[in-house]
Amino acid sequence: MATIYIPTFFRQITAGNEYILVEGSNILESLESLSYLYPEMHDLIFDSDEQILRHVNIYINNHEIHELEGLDTLVNTEDQIAVIPALAGGAMTLSEENNGNQSALKPEEVMRYSRHIIMPQVGPQGQRKLRDAKVLVVGAGGLGGPVALYLALAGVGTIGITEFDVVDLSNLQRQILHQTADIDKPKLKSAKETLGLYNPHVEIIEHPMPLTSDNAMDIIPNYDIVVNGADNFATRYLVNDACYLAGKTLVDGAILLFDGQLTVYKPGYCCYRCLYPDPPPPGMVPSCAEAGVLGAITGIIGSMQATEVFKQILDIGEPMVNRLLLVDALTMQFREMKLRRDPACPLCGDNPTVKELIDYDAFCGSPPIEVLALN
Amino acid sequence: MTIKVQVTSVIQKVVNGNSEFEAEGSTISELIENIEDKYPGFLQQIADDSGELHRFVNIYVNDEDIRFINGKDTPLNSGDVVAFLPALSGGL
Repeated sequence: MATIYIPTFFRQITAGNEYILVEGSNILESLESLSYLYPEMHDLIFDSDEQILRHVNIYINNHEIHELEGLDTLVNTEDQIAVIPALAGGAMTLSEENNGNQSALKPEEVMRYSRHIIMPQVGPQGQRKLRDAKVLVVGAGGLGGPVALYLALAGVGTIGITEFDVVDLSNLQRQILHQTADIDKPKLKSAKETLGLYNPHVEIIEHPMPLTSDNAMDIIPNYDIVVNGADNFATRYLVNDACYLAGKTLVDGAILLFDGQLTVYKPGYCCYRCLYPDPPPPGMVPSCAEAGVLGAITGIIGSMQATEVFKQILDIGEPMVNRLLLVDALTMQFREMKLRRDPACPLCGDNPTVKELIDYDAFCGSPPIEVLALN
Repeated sequence: MTIKVQVTSVIQKVVNGNSEFEAEGSTISELIENIEDKYPGFLQQIADDSGELHRFVNIYVNDEDIRFINGKDTPLNSGDVVAFLPALSGGL
């Protein structure tokens, strides 16, 4: 006796049931038992020679049965069997398999991402979009950590990270990619190790330098979407300008104390300069290091940024474009403001004056980033 | 005109730590003056020495940016919600 997991698209056959209890001492008997209960299932699993159809994979406790004893694999009461067919236009159709199509999802991927794939907004096609997506995360700290983590878990195939700092003891109150043993290690190395442990299928591209006017246009155009986890105004204006000039969507987040902000800048809509034409003078708005920040707010805003990236890649839902979300963790109130493209914006306005990257340290009156890093 | 005023954490320190309070005013200018009377130091957070609003602080009336309404002359009605939001840079 065992339980068989039925994917959503078969549940019309099983009267909506997700799990079916079946009789049988091995896989074959269990599947026959399922076919007895729901006769329509038989031809979806077996061919005319009573062999498993080639586009159907059978798993027992997340192991494909060909790794075990095939149809003779023994089953016990606690075992969970899953019947996972390839879907047309999605995971491993028969023709794709025969053609050796590299873009088909492998069975391990189908299982790993099954909680996403079974949602109609994702499906196998969506999962392949995620795998083929390239996302740049600026910074592997408070915001960049949860962003990179959830993107990696979701199977976003290529994740670039710009980061030049080393792990400090004071980072560990919030920066989830780094652990106590990582202190003094480059954050990028620690981030890559952590993400690799969570999902070895994701490629992490390391950019072990601060993003600057000299390198931003060499890096950003290689990605589909950019996520901002910067910790200073100079980098925020730089990332904003570079994304606009490169035609890339920027998923922006910022945090301080118990506050968080979230928005998405898409070229043609409003940008960071529309929202804040000038940076504050140095010292006017404190940094997290100076004023403090709630560790968990990085997780709230970072998870939301990852969610917006996910939606952008899959082209689903309502993006945070032209909307600014404000989160106050103390009252746990979420407020939303309307954003508009400013026709007078020097970058994306009607008569732009910023047509290439500028000196952002001079613009923000801040010391160069390299100096900050040494502090 | 009693207006509901909301401020984020950076400005909260000059208004006795409140995130939300009430103030009077029939325009944004009047509202700011009245808040400054009640909480000296408030103006310095949102405007420069000549009284010009900082370009890194946005003011919203009922979620709409006053720059796209009528700036400091934007009229206010009883029950309006006015939010003062400075830019945040933190990400680390």
